[in-house]
Amino acid sequence: MKEYSAFSVLRNAFTGNRDWKPAWRKAEPKPAYDVVIVGGGGHGLATAYYLASEHGLTNVAVLEKGWLGSGNVGRNTTIVRSNYLLPANTAFYEHSMKLWEELSHELNYNVMFSQRGVLNLAHSPSQMDDYARRGNAMRHAGIDAELVSPERIARLVPGLDLSPEARFPVVGGLLQPRGGTARHDAVAWGYARGADRRGVDIIENCEVTGFLREGERVVGVATSRGEIRAAKVAVAVAGSTGQVMKLAGIENLPIESHVLQAFVSEALKPLIDTVITFGAGHLYVSQSDKGGLVFGGDIDGYNSYAQRGNLPVVEDVMSELVALFPGVARVRLLRSWGGIMDMSMDGSPIITTGPLPGMYLNSGWCYGGFKATPASGWCFAWTIARDEPHPLNAAFSLDRFRRGLVIDEKGQGATPRLH
Amino acid sequence: MLIPCPYCGPRDVGEFTYQGDANRVRPALDAPRAEWETFVYERVNTAGPHREHWQHSGGCRAHLTVVRDTLTHHVLSAEFVRPGPVAKAGS
Amino acid sequence: MTMRRASSGGRIDRTRTVRFTFDGKAYTGHAGDTLASALMAAGVSVFARSFKYHRPRGVFACGPDEPNALVTLISEGVREPNVQATLVEIFDGLDAESQNRFPSLGFDIGAVNGLAGPLISAGFYYKTFMGPVVGSIRGTRAWMLAEKAIRRAAGLGRAGHAPDPARYERVNAFCDTLVVGSGPAGLVAAESAAAAGGRVILADLDATMGGSAKWSSAMIDGRPAAEWAAGRVAALEAMPNVRLLPRTTVWGYYDGNTLAATERVSDHKSSRAKGEPRQRSWTIRAGAAVLATGAQERPIVFPGNDRPGVMLAGAALRHAGEFAVLPAGPVVIFTNNDSAYTAAAGLAEAGAEIAAIVDVRPETSDAARALADKAGGELLTGHAIVHTHGGKALSSVSVRRFTLESGTFSGETRRIEAGCLAVSGGWSPMIHLASQAGGKPAWSETLQAFLPPEPTQDWTAVGAADGTFRLADIVTGAEAPELDPAPAPCLEIASPGKAFVDFQHDVTADDVRLAHREGFASVEHLKRYTTLGMATDQGRTSNIPGMAILAAATGRTIAETGTTRFRPPFSPVSIAAIAADRHGDLRPERRTPLHDWHVERGAIMQPAGLWFRPRIYGDPGETVEQAYVREAKAVRERVGIVDVSTLGKIAVQGPDAAAFLDRVYTNMFSTLKVGRARYGLMLREDGFAYDDGTTWRLSETDFLMTTTTANAGRVMQNLEYWLDTAWPDLRVALTSVTDQWAGAAVAGPKSREVLAACVTGTGLDDDALPFMGIVHGEIAGVPVMICRLSFSGELAYEVYCGAGHGRHVWEALMEAGEPHHIVPYGLEALGTLRIEKGHVTATEIDGRTTARDLHLDWMLSGKKPFIGSALMDREALLAPDRLGLVGLVSLDGRALTAGAHIVERGDREARDSIGHVTAVCFSPALGKYVGLALIRGGKARIGSRAHLSDPLRDRFGPVEIVSHHFFDPDGSRMHG
Repeated sequence: MKEYSAFSVLRNAFTGNRDWKPAWRKAEPKPAYDVVIVGGGGHGLATAYYLASEHGLTNVAVLEKGWLGSGNVGRNTTIVRSNYLLPANTAFYEHSMKLWEELSHELNYNVMFSQRGVLNLAHSPSQMDDYARRGNAMRHAGIDAELVSPERIARLVPGLDLSPEARFPVVGGLLQPRGGTARHDAVAWGYARGADRRGVDIIENCEVTGFLREGERVVGVATSRGEIRAAKVAVAVAGSTGQVMKLAGIENLPIESHVLQAFVSEALKPLIDTVITFGAGHLYVSQSDKGGLVFGGDIDGYNSYAQRGNLPVVEDVMSELVALFPGVARVRLLRSWGGIMDMSMDGSPIITTGPLPGMYLNSGWCYGGFKATPASGWCFAWTIARDEPHPLNAAFSLDRFRRGLVIDEKGQGATPRLH
Repeated sequence: MLIPCPYCGPRDVGEFTYQGDANRVRPALDAPRAEWETFVYERVNTAGPHREHWQHSGGCRAHLTVVRDTLTHHVLSAEFVRPGPVAKAGS
Repeated sequence: MTMRRASSGGRIDRTRTVRFTFDGKAYTGHAGDTLASALMAAGVSVFARSFKYHRPRGVFACGPDEPNALVTLISEGVREPNVQATLVEIFDGLDAESQNRFPSLGFDIGAVNGLAGPLISAGFYYKTFMGPVVGSIRGTRAWMLAEKAIRRAAGLGRAGHAPDPARYERVNAFCDTLVVGSGPAGLVAAESAAAAGGRVILADLDATMGGSAKWSSAMIDGRPAAEWAAGRVAALEAMPNVRLLPRTTVWGYYDGNTLAATERVSDHKSSRAKGEPRQRSWTIRAGAAVLATGAQERPIVFPGNDRPGVMLAGAALRHAGEFAVLPAGPVVIFTNNDSAYTAAAGLAEAGAEIAAIVDVRPETSDAARALADKAGGELLTGHAIVHTHGGKALSSVSVRRFTLESGTFSGETRRIEAGCLAVSGGWSPMIHLASQAGGKPAWSETLQAFLPPEPTQDWTAVGAADGTFRLADIVTGAEAPELDPAPAPCLEIASPGKAFVDFQHDVTADDVRLAHREGFASVEHLKRYTTLGMATDQGRTSNIPGMAILAAATGRTIAETGTTRFRPPFSPVSIAAIAADRHGDLRPERRTPLHDWHVERGAIMQPAGLWFRPRIYGDPGETVEQAYVREAKAVRERVGIVDVSTLGKIAVQGPDAAAFLDRVYTNMFSTLKVGRARYGLMLREDGFAYDDGTTWRLSETDFLMTTTTANAGRVMQNLEYWLDTAWPDLRVALTSVTDQWAGAAVAGPKSREVLAACVTGTGLDDDALPFMGIVHGEIAGVPVMICRLSFSGELAYEVYCGAGHGRHVWEALMEAGEPHHIVPYGLEALGTLRIEKGHVTATEIDGRTTARDLHLDWMLSGKKPFIGSALMDREALLAPDRLGLVGLVSLDGRALTAGAHIVERGDREARDSIGHVTAVCFSPALGKYVGLALIRGGKARIGSRAHLSDPLRDRFGPVEIVSHHFFDPDGSRMHG
């Protein structure tokens, strides 16, 4: 497979772009692998990539039920940040951030990671104190963070309503300059291509219909394309975790599947240069390179596998966007869609061995799976290869809930709709 | 999505608060810790008709047991969790 | 130029001239014109520049299908970008400008991109700018430099920052039948639903009802279709159970047959009437929906197919029939189906010159041939257009003999002069809403189109939306030629040259094939890799041709290639229209009964959730710190008063009220005597601390619970949840009474004297009103309830009265306090007093702390189980290294900062945080800067030193860790 570069683009332009090869092979399933990864989304593909690149495990297959990247990696609002409060999260997401910063080069695939800054707006002095606590937690973990004044915000975000008459006047904010956005699909494709180049089989249209067992031990999967045996079976299926794990006889998990809607406006000339979040509600917005405002808010708040949401959340999100940016009133919503979030009971993820011998589980990403993709894959690969978690994901265990070792970033307890 | 509140009639989902899986068995306050751990942290995530609690928080504030298909969002039934001295809508 | 105004015909009002501007130039049109029709009539052919290559583009379609002619409208100083000129009704003073061009539409520097075409083909971004390069241009730098330029070049219209002065309204509507689309099928459906007596809403996105009947040449019931439709519309209008919604786009099909629509109420007017909204957002709950949304025409893809002058045949017919806008020069028709023959005949009848009809099929039906004869011009069956010519407007087309089965050419290339090339690739039912409603569309090989899915909600599709294209099958009494609705399966003429599939995103047929070569073979991958179908027209004209090209490349059928799911909205909707009434009123404002008094007194008000509360009552020239220190000092030394009306208040009533409280609070309430209050703590079910407050026993069966301001709503909801789902047997009623009571806390050594001066009807001494006692009395003629409790640590009383009397009572208290120089105090002083006492609030009960962390374990009853008791003793919740509550004293005489962290080492660079500061103040009682903190190990560290570390605010300094009870730890002052 040829390297991508400005030179290769130029050379191919002269030959009518006829010589480009598929970004990844359409692999046929083999009877057995060292590792089978269930789920060809961002996390599954990243896991495959790091198994190959970091641990030398290349006899690996990624099984995707539909088309590659058809789940949340292609449905999110593309935000990348590591502005967390709790130590387990700051360390993990900062590791992810560092991987993001080299990812395009590492994958030889431009994932368009744009470090345009993530700004959380504060609307009261006590909220500024909260942000200070989180920002200082970041700084103590070696992560960039700045408290910013309304004056600075006015320069960073022209068009933002900073008037004292606003329903929730902006009193300041927490800025992570290294945060930003990336091209979501490219992340899936880049990892797929990278894994494929290292020998991983990426198998699309291959639905897992059951797990092969020898006693307790998982020894492979039954699929719509036949049985595939594997020494290790890793599950990274986000919103489908509950359904896939049921196939292995695991009925209960600390996960609730919810629908989250996302929105994009028509393409506009550059209007918003930063990622902005509203502090008196739930709204996050940025502008894609193509020009659309990409934004979202709360999950609808009920169990769902429908990948579609309802109007109350749509109306809420629109009203918050107009409140923040009065100038977008007549800008038009182009499209909305829904994804299924694997909401965990404390808002933090699960990357672990088990729960059955021969099995590995990656889940619980709530709103935040996209930015975690590199570190999630990196840590999951480590956990699979070495049969134990890396220190970065040691806290993201499955038994932490029962044990009370919850990582509750929002302090809301086991009510997934509030995380 | 409309939820047919037995007291108020069919109302928009925006008037309701989701209160989670109604299949979970709530332990007694003095039940063993393990039962509470299961109750608090574990979910079944049914794909299909799902028994769940909703509160008509923007209406009569009653809690309802609703059966709703999580694949289609079709609401199949709704009844009071706690039958009270309230009249049915229209009666 | 390619178009002209016909001297007669059309539905425009030639007696009314409308004046408007486009790109600063004045134009006129007629009432009934769209911006597109008026500009075309005025000779404008180039409307916009394309997204990537900045190619000149003209009007290609009509209505919401238009991919090219996007403009920005400017009114009231507000910009509305990316509006389809084909949907804008002109009015006097309309101000529109073209987009994505610099410096002008005629000459656009961006057009140089066209030369780099092969370089910037699909996916090129992914293959370049990967960095790291060298030196400072590392990591993401290379990309971010390129991105700056790319972002500027991308995007279509420009939005502004000016707020929108217009109103947007929200309406909820209920009906038995909602009919979407008012073409013949919709009218028939609406009439039949209305005749059955149900409530009917008929919505159409056009200004006038009638749909295709408005420009059809068919006859219905012996009359021209337009006349027939007008008659049906008038009949419907007269029916009391029918509501007609013109200019209304039904854009979303949600669950429970809930449909979202936007009505353009005044967009077509020069000025709005007083109070009239710009747009109205309809949420329509329909018993049943009838989707009569019609069909959209697809183009055929061939080189040069984007040149201004090339347009859809049906659009050309509609522009002629509805707006009397005709191709000025000869027209060539290019088709794979019969419908274009109707267009040819209709255009000829309207006065256009038909030069040729080019049909890819080897032969054509008799009915079509009859129409061709009527249209005049050459009939070239078994031919295809292989290229177009001209500059910014079409001048001629190249035609070759074409074999349908093989897609190959033979013979010489012929040039035919043409000012307009009218293209038809067949029709696709508008299945957007049906697809949104759930279900997977079904591919019809015959119609070469997706048909609506099996309904998963209560809807039916009728007419063209259901693939029924013959008018006679829709309306009885319709007379139209018997044409074959099935097109030839040919949507691309593969000939050298740039052939566009998605006009708006400049996706070419070669891009589709390149994507396939690179493995992006699923239709979703194609969309995402090439951006085909992702533009503002949502691929109306491009999806099917794109899929056909992909299917051909993969050797699969279109059915096997799959379809994408349509998502709301059907066509773009103003964000403010969806926000509607909430625009400018995002959330309700909650104000206490004393709000105005605070403001009049000069308080700085601060948001607290939805509430507003006084932060300080600053005297002129005072800093915030000086103000709160003055206020807090007054409380410690004399007396102060604070508004506590925002506290959550819940009436817990019934025979089992005490038993209920025993279950929800960690401590015992059944033992509380009537006339007494008790401080209570609640846990969550997971054993972590949740909320606190005092609960007052007003009678055996009547309790008044107070909660924190922030948690009031959630606590109420939790109590209701527990009562309904866990303990339905308990006889308890819960009522939120937060808004019914006004509350004032009078605190300080002189507080009893203040009360004594104004309270009647009750004693206030220790016997009548001991600590945590409750009495009823009157102040200034108003009944009040007084509880002697203290958050400040001073002798203090909370006085509650009916909310409507709040200000009256408050002012009476102020008057009574005057001799003691009573001072109103705000949140800062309240915080200062509570910090000095070590009381906790939401910054300490932050959802992650336990009762033990906060030294509230004395409140955990061992005599009964309660919510949270089962899980509160888990090992991790008892671990000695948990964050525990302590006090901090600044050792460098400088203020501590809330949100700072604590490190052990006196090294500014130390990063091993052991906890954080939750609240800070200057303590007038101690004369020091102090704070509360949650620190690993908690109490065990008392007496040691550490350092406050706040790199965000560049503050570092030594602190002493002390008990959180800074002041009067044994509580002698409040008992005294």
